[in-house]
Amino acid sequence: MNWTDLCASDDIEADDLITLEHDGHLYAVYHTDSGEYFCSDGRCTHEQVDLGDGLLMDHLIECPKHNGRFDIRDGSPKGAPVCVALRTYPVRIEIGRVLVNLAS
Amino acid sequence: MIDILAPLRFSSDRDYSLHGPARETAIEAGLASADWYRTPVDRKVMKELMKRSDGPALRDTAIWVALLLLTGALGVALWGSWWAVPVFAVYGVLYGSAADSRWHEMGHGTAFKTRWMNDVVYEFASFLMMRNSVVWRWSHSRHHTDTIIVGRDPEISMMRPPQLILLVLKTLGITAIPSEIAKLIGHARGKLSEDEADYVPQTEWPRAFLVARIHVAIYAAVVLACLIAWSLLPAMLIGLPRAYGVWFLIVVGLPQHAGLAEDVLDHRLNARTVLMSAPVRFIYSNMNYHVEHHMFPMVPYHALPRLHEVVRHDCPDPCPSLFAAWREILPALLRQLRDPDYFIVKTLPHGANQQARP
Repeated sequence: MNWTDLCASDDIEADDLITLEHDGHLYAVYHTDSGEYFCSDGRCTHEQVDLGDGLLMDHLIECPKHNGRFDIRDGSPKGAPVCVALRTYPVRIEIGRVLVNLAS
Repeated sequence: MIDILAPLRFSSDRDYSLHGPARETAIEAGLASADWYRTPVDRKVMKELMKRSDGPALRDTAIWVALLLLTGALGVALWGSWWAVPVFAVYGVLYGSAADSRWHEMGHGTAFKTRWMNDVVYEFASFLMMRNSVVWRWSHSRHHTDTIIVGRDPEISMMRPPQLILLVLKTLGITAIPSEIAKLIGHARGKLSEDEADYVPQTEWPRAFLVARIHVAIYAAVVLACLIAWSLLPAMLIGLPRAYGVWFLIVVGLPQHAGLAEDVLDHRLNARTVLMSAPVRFIYSNMNYHVEHHMFPMVPYHALPRLHEVVRHDCPDPCPSLFAAWREILPALLRQLRDPDYFIVKTLPHGANQQARP
């Protein structure tokens, strides 16, 4: 698999997320309270709002504009007004870096 | 679907429908699904403000439901005497006005931490307000995407020129039931209006029709109960309070956007924050902090007073009272009768960040 180095693992506080651009595409990287990392597309599938200002609650990300929710583990929609799943990407942490398989 | 209130509207060249030329104009001007101004707030502070908990909403919902039950039971006990009048007046406000802000908060899903609690109260409050919970969820979502953007926002309550006859009839509760029941019956028959079809995804339509059928069945049962008992009492408890209790909602709710700019991408210019007393804020679920709510819809209603303090340096001065708000609004509405292009320009404080002006 082709892994892309997106950021340092300590760029993201526990129980929070950041969004960052890579090759013109916005990605969201999540760091849960339990120390897990996940990655998804950075824009809500409803109105393309940047999820970076959203609220992470365990494994749910809530969009800052319309409060739609996704499960960050598989991107599945978990509350209106979102109906379409968020694309997610495999993540691994290596020497303090967040590596993401963007080709998956 | 037929708009039964259409004959009561003043004719105007301005087109607020979501399928007319204003829609294309808004899209071409970049006003649809646009980026809106938000006061910069430190992420740690914002995370604290957004934090969810069940406690405040459980407390406030319990008080609200208890007051509804208490005044409803008292109304039944006093039915037939003049003492029932003030009791039903209070019951009506708790039903036809307080349910609106509960509908709103639960619709955002921020009031409770536990999602199903939001959903249960959302369905209950939607029923009380005679609103299709599915259709209105999407309507409100659009209102937040395109707040007071003509041709895009389905929730512009004061169009220009202001429909003052309709406003009086709405405040007196005369239009609410015929208008909302007509919509519900349309939905129950499997029809959405052209505007509704614009913002409700097709996948949601079957659920919208089901909800409408349930609501219509309950209201039909209430009418039947009135006929069997040959008394208005069942309808005084379920249905009619939507009409006789809505006046309070209009008094506190209309100032949200009335008289302010259209087609701007800055909630400080098209929404209004009004300072209100604690009892009124309880009934209205703190929606008087309306600029703050639109800027940061993730913040639960109980944290809005704190958010107000965080962003007030960057926002226009709030109206100090409801009276002050209406003193600002009424002359503007009267002027808009003659000059529909007129609106109140909110002054940003010295040093505030500037954004798109109308």
